[in-house]
Amino acid sequence: MKILVPIKRVPDPATTIRVLADGSGIATDNVKWVINPFDEIAVEEALRVKEKQPASEVVVVAVGEPAWQEQLRTALAMGADRAVLVRISPPVDTGAVARILARVAADEKPDLIILGKQAIDDDSNQIGQMLAELLGWPQATFASKVELADGRCTVVREVDGGLETLSFPLPGVITTDLRLNEPRYASLPGIMKARKKELKEIPVETLGLNLAPLLKVRRLASPSKRQAGRKVASAAELVSLLHSEAKVL
Amino acid sequence: MDFELTAVQQEIVHGVRQLCKRFPDAYWREHDAAHEFPHAFYHAVAEAGYLGVAIPGQYGGSGLGIAEAALLMREVAYAGAMNAASSIHLSIFGLTPVVLHGAEEMKRKYLPEVVSGKLHAAFAVTEPDAGNDITHIKTFARRDGDYYVINGRKIFTTKAQVARKMLLLARTIPLENTSRKTDGLSLFFADLDRAAVEVRELEKLGRHAVDTNILFIDNLRVPATDLVGEEGRGFRYLLDGLNPERILVAAEAVGIGRAAVDRAVRYAKERVVFGRPIGQNQAIAHPLAEAYAKLEVADLITIKAAWLFDQRKPCGAEAAVAKLLAAEAAFQACDRAVQTLGGYGYMREYDVERYFRECRMLKIAPLSQEMALNMISEHVLRLPRSY
Repeated sequence: MKILVPIKRVPDPATTIRVLADGSGIATDNVKWVINPFDEIAVEEALRVKEKQPASEVVVVAVGEPAWQEQLRTALAMGADRAVLVRISPPVDTGAVARILARVAADEKPDLIILGKQAIDDDSNQIGQMLAELLGWPQATFASKVELADGRCTVVREVDGGLETLSFPLPGVITTDLRLNEPRYASLPGIMKARKKELKEIPVETLGLNLAPLLKVRRLASPSKRQAGRKVASAAELVSLLHSEAKVL
Repeated sequence: MDFELTAVQQEIVHGVRQLCKRFPDAYWREHDAAHEFPHAFYHAVAEAGYLGVAIPGQYGGSGLGIAEAALLMREVAYAGAMNAASSIHLSIFGLTPVVLHGAEEMKRKYLPEVVSGKLHAAFAVTEPDAGNDITHIKTFARRDGDYYVINGRKIFTTKAQVARKMLLLARTIPLENTSRKTDGLSLFFADLDRAAVEVRELEKLGRHAVDTNILFIDNLRVPATDLVGEEGRGFRYLLDGLNPERILVAAEAVGIGRAAVDRAVRYAKERVVFGRPIGQNQAIAHPLAEAYAKLEVADLITIKAAWLFDQRKPCGAEAAVAKLLAAEAAFQACDRAVQTLGGYGYMREYDVERYFRECRMLKIAPLSQEMALNMISEHVLRLPRSY
């Protein structure tokens, strides 16, 4: 079993994000970068498959700048076998990332691709779906449980009002939901071993893909500050204000 | 010059933080209140291989330096203060004399067990009548065939309640029969045999999850194979561990101090009095800014001392300065955190009172602030010795 796990470098969820004055992006000084938490869950799930089927290989792949090596090394320290970094400079849109990953998948020929359902920075929730389409593979998104047996994959997904169980023949694409697992932390021997594992860099130009962006980020803005609440004297006054001021009734 | 941590060091910081997230404040608050050793935390650290950070690879460790160990301890103390740090502190550096001077057989037998977490070791050096004045210890080891028979008392022995072995310093030649007072002291890696050693826990101000004890040693028979290195050279062997210990304690101080500042800052942003967050008042903000600044300085000199040690360069002055500044900075930070939280700061539920109790120890151990100043006066400034 060969599993490909695409990961993204994102700001640590605990970091306070500041939008640049001109709205072109976020201030990146003093930002700590981590593996996108949903992708970390994907790495964990792949490693659990490998624990059950020791002959498996887990390959992590990222599409980004040289600094993204750090997150690939973290995934290697968790236990992934090798890493691939497709080097590209921003801006790069979701369609381009999906096309690059499809190309890497065509070369690597994995049995399964597991990735986060979305990245916590842009919250696009597109890569997994696009990737499955480009490869012509089945997909199961928002997985909360994954089981592999006899060349098929069974995925439980959390949907509105309950659970849905899907089954598909390999190869396929899975995107992970929050409750799928709790990712492990790297052990010290894992960190040491990761330095010796293969991290292959591929300049994106060598792939010969048309990556002209279809999406353009026009402007980023901070959410407006929450206004202080107001106390009302009675339920009747509340209803009246909801009707006349808030206009929700 | 390069102030950047190496990739491995950054990974260690990240990895330890991830590990510590599983042991939130409530865990430490409960273990402190119950006076219960944090076994789950200790085993998680062991399982992730961090106990062996500075132990050579051939004995199961990762063979990294004191810099990596210091980063580990800084992050551990940030998460769980001294209860967390002291639960693993001795495993990280305490067996330096064994690593450097122990017989091959001793190292092969015990070091892998220390790395795996199976073997807790205690440090039995200080005595009721001999603190910093180590050469005046009274505990005596008398040779008897293939054994030594040891009698004496040891105090402030951490983890003796859980430890199976102890690094024990005893005189093998009486002080009056030696030409130099540092001669005639021997170091043993002895069994903590409860039939011959009475272990009595001491009550203290804080860090209740990790025990501190007084040991009454009565005819403890120790096989000669438990002697570390050569007889009579124990004092010199102990010196090898002195600077690493000061560096690690300094790193722990920085960690606990940063935890206190972070708590205080968060509270100062949220707590609204007289219609504005209290952090807007400079009487609240400036002391926190000052505490932050002092911790940054202490962190820098600590890393520098660790770097010097790992480069095998003299680091005694830097290690003493690091310990002195870090302990003071940590105490100031914890005190300001309590003050910032006001009445809540004094309450268990808000944790800073626990940091405050625990960090006080760092101005006393492993050497007092005064002895650190003596060390700097005498050995760096070359002023006449005062004692």
